[in-house]
Amino acid sequence: MSSSPPAPRPIVDARGLWKRFGSLTVLKGVDLAVAERELVFIIGPSGSGKSTLLRCLNRLEEPSDGSIHIDGIELLNPRTDINAARRRIGMVFQSFNLYPHMTARQNVMLALRRVLGKSRAEAAELAGRALERVGLGERTDHYPAQLSGGQQQRVAIARAIALEPRVMLFDEPTSALDPELVGGVLAVMRELRESGMTMVVVSHEMAFARAAADRVVFMADGQKLEEGPPAQIFGDPQHERTRAFIRQIDRH
Amino acid sequence: MGGLDNFLFSFFNLKVMATYLPQIAQGLGLTVLLALLIVVSGLALGLLLALLRSLAIRPLNWLIIFTVDLFRALPPLVIIVLLFFGLPAAGLSISGFAATWLSLTLVLAAFAEEIFWAGITAVPKGQWEAARSTGLGFAQTLGHVVLPQALRITIPPLTNRTIAITKGTALASVVGVSEILGAAQSAMSFSANPSPLTLGAIAYLILFIPVVALGRWIETRFAWKR
Repeated sequence: MSSSPPAPRPIVDARGLWKRFGSLTVLKGVDLAVAERELVFIIGPSGSGKSTLLRCLNRLEEPSDGSIHIDGIELLNPRTDINAARRRIGMVFQSFNLYPHMTARQNVMLALRRVLGKSRAEAAELAGRALERVGLGERTDHYPAQLSGGQQQRVAIARAIALEPRVMLFDEPTSALDPELVGGVLAVMRELRESGMTMVVVSHEMAFARAAADRVVFMADGQKLEEGPPAQIFGDPQHERTRAFIRQIDRH
Repeated sequence: MGGLDNFLFSFFNLKVMATYLPQIAQGLGLTVLLALLIVVSGLALGLLLALLRSLAIRPLNWLIIFTVDLFRALPPLVIIVLLFFGLPAAGLSISGFAATWLSLTLVLAAFAEEIFWAGITAVPKGQWEAARSTGLGFAQTLGHVVLPQALRITIPPLTNRTIAITKGTALASVVGVSEILGAAQSAMSFSANPSPLTLGAIAYLILFIPVVALGRWIETRFAWKR
């Protein structure tokens, strides 16, 4: 019997997360561990708490209880410099949230300059490279309003990856897009995954989950009901709620 | 003399106008100085209050809201008269110019604070979240992401309010300041002819039409492609 090497500490390690909004409890003691280079998909019906869980992972939402370690940093420790921690955690939002008064390049440059302290020239260079990586090298001087939704979302991805985060969080990145624009965003995400980026994705793109995810987590009512490789979750779900959810999704 | 001649003699008496033009011009200079001081200090104080309010320190915000509501509710003339006649009774003498400057600064700051605050809160929450998620701090997010967007939407109401309140410099005539209206009124008494008032009206137009045009220019300057 060969002894396997001890498993490396997961890069994302959230334990016993609770989140209450007044009398409403959105997360009820959720654990989530993500290994380096892993792509974890979180699915579940609306109101299941999946977006809240994701937003807790960079403290956009303050958990009521629990602990989160990201890349060894104790995220919920009051002494942790949250701004320093957040540069290791990239986030992509459903509604893109590009800065409308800045061009694509300026959107990417802002944090490079103000958070990483790069010079203007260096930030412009890095921003150009990040935009090229998401296929928008020709659109660097366009304002968000001059770009399609898919292009805006790719700028938002460039804005996050330019900071070279250790983890990328995606909160329904394609839900606000017209169907014909989804492909371009997913292609960028696939390229990121192939480059070895650790990713946590909340999304309903089941085909993408089947093809690219290492693990799928199913959430309902603020709890993690089931998790496993995509083939198992989609092909042979154990939990009745999971089965019902997959049936519903597949009908679309 | 017919009715038209009578009207022209009273309101467009070129001889009277020529005589009192220097006084009105001086009044214009004083109005410009007073207006500039009010605009600079009123907008600066208003912005400062809005920024303080964004820190969300509850007792401080109550104080800001109370003060702002007070100065929005009081008629500017009442504040001017209170300061001018009230402060000396408290042992602090204050010139009519200073009383008007201080009063209108407080009124403009109160309205400007509300407008800036409305602009800041109108910027979607997602803008804050996106900026903070990249590691920008609160002040950096406010300065680089939120304020530029907030200022842009506040410019039209801010210009309107600024013009309306700086026109209140005419109230200084009540406390003995020889700005445009004050100068025109004394000229009217000396000449027993209201033509200096016409001159005063023209002086206000010369002053405020460029201000209105400037407001439009700033609006286009701050616009970004959408």
